[in-house]
Amino acid sequence: MAERAVALSDRTGLIAAALVAALILAALVAVFAAADVGGGLGAADWAAVRFTAMQAVLSALISVLLAVPVARALARRRFAGRGALITLLGAPFILPVIVAVLGLLTVFGRSGMLNQIGGQLGLPPVSIYGLHGVVLAHVFFNLPLATRLLLQGWQSIPSERFRLAGQLKMTPRALFLALEWPMLRQVLPGVGALIFVICLTSFAVALTLGGGPRATTIELAIYQAFRFDFDLGRAALLSVVQLVLAGGAAVAALWLIPAIGLGGGLDRPLRRWDARGGVQRGIDVTAIVLAALFLLLPLGAVVLRGLRGVFHLPLTVWQAAMNSILVAGLSVLVLAVLALPLAGWIATRRRGGAEAIGLMGLAASPLMIGTGWFILINPVLDPARLSLPVTSLVNALMALPFVLRILVPRLRETLQDYGPLTQTLGMRGWALWRLLVLPRLRPQLGFAAGLTGALSVGDLGVIALFADQERATLPLQMYRLMGAYRMEAAAGAALLLLVLALAVFFICDKWGRWHADA
Amino acid sequence: MKYLTLAAGLMGATAALAETPELTVYTYDSFVTEWGPGPAIEKGFEAECGCDLNFVGMGDGAALLARLKLEGARSDADIVLGLDTSLVAAAKETDLFAPSDLDADYDLPITWEDDVFVPYDWGYFAFVHGTDLTAPTDFKALAASDLKIVIQDPRSSTPGLGLLMWVKAAYGDDAPEIWADLADNIVTVTKGWSEAYGLFLEGEADMVLSYTTSPAYHLIAEEDDSKTAAVFDEGHYMQIEVAGKLAGSDQPELADQFLQYLVSDAAQSVLPTTNWMYPAVTPKAGLPEGFDGMIQPGKALLVPNDEVPALREEALDEWLNALSR
Repeated sequence: MAERAVALSDRTGLIAAALVAALILAALVAVFAAADVGGGLGAADWAAVRFTAMQAVLSALISVLLAVPVARALARRRFAGRGALITLLGAPFILPVIVAVLGLLTVFGRSGMLNQIGGQLGLPPVSIYGLHGVVLAHVFFNLPLATRLLLQGWQSIPSERFRLAGQLKMTPRALFLALEWPMLRQVLPGVGALIFVICLTSFAVALTLGGGPRATTIELAIYQAFRFDFDLGRAALLSVVQLVLAGGAAVAALWLIPAIGLGGGLDRPLRRWDARGGVQRGIDVTAIVLAALFLLLPLGAVVLRGLRGVFHLPLTVWQAAMNSILVAGLSVLVLAVLALPLAGWIATRRRGGAEAIGLMGLAASPLMIGTGWFILINPVLDPARLSLPVTSLVNALMALPFVLRILVPRLRETLQDYGPLTQTLGMRGWALWRLLVLPRLRPQLGFAAGLTGALSVGDLGVIALFADQERATLPLQMYRLMGAYRMEAAAGAALLLLVLALAVFFICDKWGRWHADA
Repeated sequence: MKYLTLAAGLMGATAALAETPELTVYTYDSFVTEWGPGPAIEKGFEAECGCDLNFVGMGDGAALLARLKLEGARSDADIVLGLDTSLVAAAKETDLFAPSDLDADYDLPITWEDDVFVPYDWGYFAFVHGTDLTAPTDFKALAASDLKIVIQDPRSSTPGLGLLMWVKAAYGDDAPEIWADLADNIVTVTKGWSEAYGLFLEGEADMVLSYTTSPAYHLIAEEDDSKTAAVFDEGHYMQIEVAGKLAGSDQPELADQFLQYLVSDAAQSVLPTTNWMYPAVTPKAGLPEGFDGMIQPGKALLVPNDEVPALREEALDEWLNALSR
């Protein structure tokens, strides 16, 4: 199958890929160039590498495995509040780390709900701090994301297949093997790799919940090298290790994805004839209720804590919120320009290894990218002037892998199903995008734009390195409030952030699902 | 042609602005926020200098120094405000700073002899706790108790580094044992002060590493007297925050004038209730009400500035060893 089934241009995709790689490598080279020649990595650095890899593997595996029953349940059931729950699945992911951690602690902390209930029953207190705490927090962040991505996989199975399975009276087990498992084999490796990379760059979560310097991650070592030792060489080396780990995982996982198609359908509304039995219902209800509790209790704590402070926010917080919205809009635009051609290029290739380029943006330490570009920009311009564009660009880079994961499977399917037809009709270039690709990808585009926008609203990333007072974003302003003892106002700002990010997410996602049953 | 006119107009505008001398001060984030000391000091100084004072806030003290090293001699900054005693040696090593010229009568627990950096406020590190708790009176008692504490990572935060120096200054070669005994008291180690203080307020620990003046914030700004700090018999480690003039400044006289203003009564009386630290020169009107209730350590500990880098490295290794087990 070497010949291409569709006339989608490679050139723009290649340019986008080169641009992404150049943006990251330029920063890396700039940091290396500014560094004095230094030694290699010490034993402590390698211990950090080992810990980082281990917690990332565990977090990715557990998130993905738990997401399967949740996504399956959500795909099989229709109930009041289902749409709201799916939207809320985007929430943990966009929260600033410390907000989410404080939310988790109201449930799992020393004086949290679980320990209070346990105390009533005479159980000894359970400590959240340690490797298990790190993994728990990462699952909290990533389980919802994995669920959303898997749910997409379920939605990509044509409804006619379920109709046929219903006519054949297939058991849930047989249906799983025939329809769901092949889909999962295609989707799981990519989702797992994505979560692995997210957890790889974790810093504050790992340190705060890890309980001490045992839980040192590569990102913390990079931070220390930049900020306290000002050892640029070591910082750059560590960044390379991080990139290699992420890149290796991504290429391996994406290579595992079998190149098989699930076949096209007529986009009829989905009805499920399987899963009507009591046992199946029980499994689904349990999965949804547990996932919802795990998700909503900490979020509820964030909302409750914020309610007291949200009406007394200083004016600068509102200005920061405006900046954040601006950054989110810019990020979505930048991303559209980068991601669509890139997705087109990747989708026409037989194997998905090229998607690893997209993961680079997420795997590169934001501190490294920020510092590198600071070194490059500083001789020419005042970096503070460029803080918002640079932040938007870096945010877009960080969102790129998620967006590719969302777009590529659907795009590949679309090209497989409609490729021969478009060739017969001689459709190519812009007409192909406008008439076929964009309309068929609309739900995915909405989801991707929403996720990017929401991520940008919540991201602290590089802004801290560039921003001055007028250009601070909402998460930065929230941290400043916390740093000045103003925990109540900070909690209010966090609530505002949550509402804003969810609104951005909801609006884009809604646009994508216009007229769609899914 | 239009562009030329535009360019000429822009240049003209810059030239007009340049007639008012501009002083650029790099400082940490919380100094310039509307609830920090920045706005009042800017207003006060601009009223007497006929210049434009421009605060640029970035991260914390360590971030300031990293930024300065990145910019090198090209930096726009005339003044850097917000380094602390643990960073002074590293800052001097850059050769970017010039000696300052001012006279002040400091009210510090130690004598200040540095001719480059000007101290503007200071505080003691201390473990803050609720008043309902009977606090231990030294590190050994703390280690023997089953009290839970939250501390900051010395690799990413200045208070964390302060605690490292505190134990080292108090116990010298016995510091590793103290840390080993403390290990089971430490709930967790956070990236920065905000996270640790947040966890403490959420009830995750009995005590948190902060400052002796932290309870003053709760008392004055929140009218909440439920927090206090524990007095330790070994003495308390100090943090002195300093400002310095850059050698590459294009406004050296103005920079000196600013440093002088910084230790004046006007600026010093702003600091206690905005930065929540003790002023380096006690204002004539005394400290604000509420500060007199703060605990008074019996002994002030401070490692001489030039010994900090070597000692830091040693103490950090000991700390990592003791807590990684």
